[in-house]
Amino acid sequence: MFEIEANKRIIDAEPGETILSALNRAGIKVPTLCHMDGLNPSGACRICVVEIEGMRGLVPSCSFPVQEGMKIETNSPRAIRARKTIIELLLANHPDDCLYCVRNGNCQLQDLAEEYGIRERRYAGKKNVYHLDNTSPSIIRDQAKCILCGKCVRVCEEVQNIAAIDFVGRGSKTVIAPAFEESLNVSSCINCGQCILACPTGALREKSYLKEVVDALLDPEKYVVIQHAPAVSVSIAEEFGLKPGKDIDDLMVAAFKRLGFKKVFDTSFTADLTIMEEGSELVSRVTNGGTLPMMTSCSPGWIKYVEQFYPEMIDNLSTCKSPQQMLGAVIKSYFAQKEGIDPKNIFSVSVMPCTAKKFECARPEMGRNNIADIDAVLSTREAARLIKMHGIDFDSLTPELPDMPFGERSTAGKLFGATGGVMEAAIRSAHFLITGKELSTLKIEDVRGLEGIKEAKVKIGDLVLGVAVVNGVGNAAKLLDEIKAGRKDLHFIEVMTCPGGCVAGGGQPLNTDKDAIKARLGALYNIDQTETLRTSHNNKQVQELYKDFLGKPLGEKSHELLHTHYAKRDVLL
Amino acid sequence: MTKETDNIKIDKLLVALSHQAVCSGDAPKEDNELSGILSTLRREKISKPVLYLGAATCGISAGANKTLIAIENYISEKNIDVEVVEIGCIGLCSEEPLLDVQLPGKTRLTFSKVMKDDVNDLLDAVLSGAPLKEKILGQHSSETLEVWNDVPYLNELPFLKPQKRCVLKNCGIINPSNINEYLAYGGYRAFAKALHSMTPLEVCNEVEFSGLRGRGGGGFPTGKKWKFALGAESDQKYMICNADEGDPGAFMDRAVIEGDPHRLLEGIAIASYAIGATKAYIYIRAEYPLAIDRLKEAIGQAKKYGLLGENILDSGFNLSIIIKMSAGAFVCGEETALIHSIEGKRGMPRPRPPFPAVCGLFGKPSVINNVETFSNVSSILEKGKEWFSSMGTAGSKGTKVFALSGKISKTGLVEVEMGTTLRQIVFDIGGGIPNGKKYKAVQIGGPSGGCIPEHHLDIEIDYESLKEVGAMMGSGGLVVMDEDTCMVDVAKFFMDFIQRESCGKCIPCREGTRHMLEILESITRSRKNEDPHNTLKRFKGIMYLHRLAEVIKDTSLCGLGQTAPNPVLSTLNWFRDEYEAHIYERRCPAGACIELLTYSIIEDKCVGCGACAKKCPTNAIMGAKRAPHYIVNDKCINCGSCKDICKFDAVVVE
Amino acid sequence: MKDAIDRIFQKHPDAHRDSLIPILQEAQEINGYLSNEVVVEIGRHLNLPASKIYGVATFYNQFRFSPVGKYHVMVCRGTACHVKGSAAVLSAIEQELKIKAGNTSRDGIFSIEVVACIGACGLAPVISINGEFHANVDSKKINEILDIYREDEKASKDGGSE
Repeated sequence: MFEIEANKRIIDAEPGETILSALNRAGIKVPTLCHMDGLNPSGACRICVVEIEGMRGLVPSCSFPVQEGMKIETNSPRAIRARKTIIELLLANHPDDCLYCVRNGNCQLQDLAEEYGIRERRYAGKKNVYHLDNTSPSIIRDQAKCILCGKCVRVCEEVQNIAAIDFVGRGSKTVIAPAFEESLNVSSCINCGQCILACPTGALREKSYLKEVVDALLDPEKYVVIQHAPAVSVSIAEEFGLKPGKDIDDLMVAAFKRLGFKKVFDTSFTADLTIMEEGSELVSRVTNGGTLPMMTSCSPGWIKYVEQFYPEMIDNLSTCKSPQQMLGAVIKSYFAQKEGIDPKNIFSVSVMPCTAKKFECARPEMGRNNIADIDAVLSTREAARLIKMHGIDFDSLTPELPDMPFGERSTAGKLFGATGGVMEAAIRSAHFLITGKELSTLKIEDVRGLEGIKEAKVKIGDLVLGVAVVNGVGNAAKLLDEIKAGRKDLHFIEVMTCPGGCVAGGGQPLNTDKDAIKARLGALYNIDQTETLRTSHNNKQVQELYKDFLGKPLGEKSHELLHTHYAKRDVLL
Repeated sequence: MTKETDNIKIDKLLVALSHQAVCSGDAPKEDNELSGILSTLRREKISKPVLYLGAATCGISAGANKTLIAIENYISEKNIDVEVVEIGCIGLCSEEPLLDVQLPGKTRLTFSKVMKDDVNDLLDAVLSGAPLKEKILGQHSSETLEVWNDVPYLNELPFLKPQKRCVLKNCGIINPSNINEYLAYGGYRAFAKALHSMTPLEVCNEVEFSGLRGRGGGGFPTGKKWKFALGAESDQKYMICNADEGDPGAFMDRAVIEGDPHRLLEGIAIASYAIGATKAYIYIRAEYPLAIDRLKEAIGQAKKYGLLGENILDSGFNLSIIIKMSAGAFVCGEETALIHSIEGKRGMPRPRPPFPAVCGLFGKPSVINNVETFSNVSSILEKGKEWFSSMGTAGSKGTKVFALSGKISKTGLVEVEMGTTLRQIVFDIGGGIPNGKKYKAVQIGGPSGGCIPEHHLDIEIDYESLKEVGAMMGSGGLVVMDEDTCMVDVAKFFMDFIQRESCGKCIPCREGTRHMLEILESITRSRKNEDPHNTLKRFKGIMYLHRLAEVIKDTSLCGLGQTAPNPVLSTLNWFRDEYEAHIYERRCPAGACIELLTYSIIEDKCVGCGACAKKCPTNAIMGAKRAPHYIVNDKCINCGSCKDICKFDAVVVE
Repeated sequence: MKDAIDRIFQKHPDAHRDSLIPILQEAQEINGYLSNEVVVEIGRHLNLPASKIYGVATFYNQFRFSPVGKYHVMVCRGTACHVKGSAAVLSAIEQELKIKAGNTSRDGIFSIEVVACIGACGLAPVISINGEFHANVDSKKINEILDIYREDEKASKDGGSE
């Protein structure tokens, strides 16, 4: 540790760290655009420049290491003028589109323009013109708004290990695109939406299905129902200005009811259902010598990843549909029958923290008789917009419970929003399914936490199961390669495409702060800690569903409605 | 003895010679036989005439290939016994193709501008002992051979006399494709000396105290850079030669590689030893195919002689040299971008620190030096650091090779001591401005440099003095401009180049230079149909140029961006009046900005033939038959066809 | 074409990322440009995503993604050439061949490319057609040079039509 001077204050600095790191720790803010926590500095945007005594030129604080005796001015007139000019240069090549842009009010470029008081269009000139790419069911690419910070490329390549997009061309003509500037839908993009979370402007945004949903709500012929994923209720409050980690489940349900959804269901219900099916599937494979290790199948980005990059391991995937799709299936069969509604008239909406779910609901296997299980997927952000659009004021709402028969859920199902949650839920029920006894300690610490790969050995009766939990699909490749090379000690692997799990999914509020993620996870674990129904197999409504309709896990009806198949994908790799 | 055994003997002797140099510590003892062989290789005594043809890229562009074919035809037709040697470029591009003829016993004669049709008469004359005087450029000096009467010495010519040829010593003299000739002229002695009687640190010190600074443009003390890498601990280190020569207007490195490739290899080898690198890369521009061939050839020969590879000259030092062709990107001249390019990535720079000497190619300590820097190293080790530092100025030691081009009588390569004035280079060596035009400026340092106006012509060239006048040494390209060159156009040209070549990573360079270019374009665009809004923008443009220039210089990620505004700032500084004429008067004083020209017909001279009106692509010329015509300026697109076709000189342009 | 590419891969067994540019350079020699097919194959051989290969290739001037003409005219854009009037030379060539720089004529015979410095600055302005250099080019006499190749083309067409 040594000392340096910043803005006439003495602050601490650790040898080897960057100036930015030392400044941030001391609470001195410097704007950044291309900086990504945990990755090597790119040094591209130059907006973090500071003035250092004795050094010619301004110095990028994100990459320059601290040196003893440094005297730094972060807001000298020269530094401010440089930052202003850089912002003006970006704005000069940016569409004057703020009022019509999805990031209006929530855009880093807009924030900087305001913070630095940009009032004059000094550098007018030709702006580059591009085609909009809206071929993907999940993500829209709007190159005109791109500031070439490169965060999307880095997230896709260095974090997710996919590299569907990269820089193409050089200089001012550079664009970010898939190979051959093809459209996103024929690229190797898995729709995870991490690029959307990384993008500082509206250049990358989700494909919105709000119009379809609103049209359906207004259509008197349609019976519109909605479900919401476990991660949504602990995150959506952020869209209304509340601090991360506040669970507003019951208020949110009330809001949906106000919007006109006839029924509000809870995806955590089918998370419990999934555990029954998948747990049974795992037991079956273990006892009957089926393909092992079995890998979870609720993350559609992960499924597309396997279909593209590791098609030879498709048989390892569980044949279970995701909770979203399972609920969609039972709504349009069991529920429709029970209520006497023609499934053709049901418009089934889901709110997901995920952009890949928009791709999943459109998969041809996900439906019967030309009726899709799910008709539209809204991200958490879209759901919040829908609520705001209709002027619903949370203060005037009274909490409401979700609707039956798909409203009851265990905390195990709720944990599906966290990385390791599926595994924890599965172990709790597998223990019961195999030994007939409840697991004594339901909290399984080994599978909680944000590391990319967590492994554990779980003793269930006489069996010792080797399990692994992966978050961030880039980490999955490592395990897959080990298995291909002959690793035999793993039986069950949970994979969540997004680093951090579903709480950090591509459809979540645009706050990638580590603390925000931890807070959301904390809310989920808190629910697990405080509620009483903590295991999927004890969910009475799930038991009812089996008794009344499905029969038994892995039975014929289950196979028809709740299981699916996968196939190799030929995409531009 | 057959030619093959002769060759084997030579090989063995020469390698042993290098060893010998080491063991005895001083100049090698040459016994009579060895002496004889070396003398033969240096062609000091020949038995049959030798024809040396300058066949480097400049020569070939001027037609040397056809000259060679004519020579070969002549030889076979006349059935004579002469030796033909293809040599590199002596540097006098304006006189290419150059042909040297050496008759037994007499000094070597140089003939200039020898086109294919000149060959027969020229060879007839010289081979009979009576060379055609009008084609002679000069004769090489010699202590032993008989001189030609009334023939100037080459090194007395105004182009060559002021030069101090150290790097270019062998260019245009030796056959670059024969390692034996390089050895005969003293090659690889320095490398052997380093390997056997100096430690790597001693080599670094010798180079550091000689005062050698990076010749690529940066001017960083070479020995110091090597020491950083020497001090870094690693299992693998790399030496990289930057032969990309991206500066438009620079061709020094090309000439050295085409004319004397072993000098470069020896320099790289010594440098690699000095830092402990066992692998060296030569990153060379794909646009230099002949240079690449020469390098491949030279490396193969050096390997065969055991001067590259494992356990070189029994020293225990291993070195392999790999050639990597660049794929065309000026920004790859920047160190970290070059490294990324070798690694197979987009050539985009990265933040420094860490510097390449600590973390470079593949994450290992690497040193990048320019071709000319390497080419100085063997002489420094051979002749000593004091010899090198005795030349030049206090801050810039040694010599510098410049590529002289543009509006100048004698284009080509010159090597002068640091501290030579620009006036000497442009007027004494270069022969001044042709066609009676007036000197205006010389651009030095390429797109990163600036221009030097007339009143600074007496600057003593060195790294610091150039910076003081807003220019930069750069790699050595000197482009001379005369009164017909528009300085605003030059600034625009460089900014356009920068915009094309910018890698696009950082915002100030990518977007900033784009706007600087737009401002310059608006200044040189036609004033016709301009709306008042654009006029106002044009006026404001100059203020913004300065503002943008400062921010770009202050914040760009790499040297390309940091120096991009230099040409604009430099021309704005010295030629402000030209800018003001463009902006306020909408006029280009040099007459080069086509869109700002005004064509008009002089009534008195016009006979009304109508030829111009017929030629005009926009029907902008009106007039009745036999009556004076006139040009409607609003329609005129300034193509100049009317001026070209008028037989009466009635069309003027200003 | 597949054989030609395979031959290149055989020359670079165990290739890593640092062989990418040499492989691209050799691959371009096959047809004079890089087709999508070739880029995908190279990606497979090096085990790198196609987006990376394409991203690297499009960065550099040397790589072309559409075929060039039978006679490819490269006009040097260096400083010396510019000062000696290369802009007029380019203009004249564009007018003569009726195509702009970066394009190929419809009959596929000629194409024009503007290149950064060829390095023969002493003889500016310089152009190169299929590797053959022409120095001190006069924009008003551009047809003299172009006619050489037009004659060649005519001769080969006549010769081949037996």
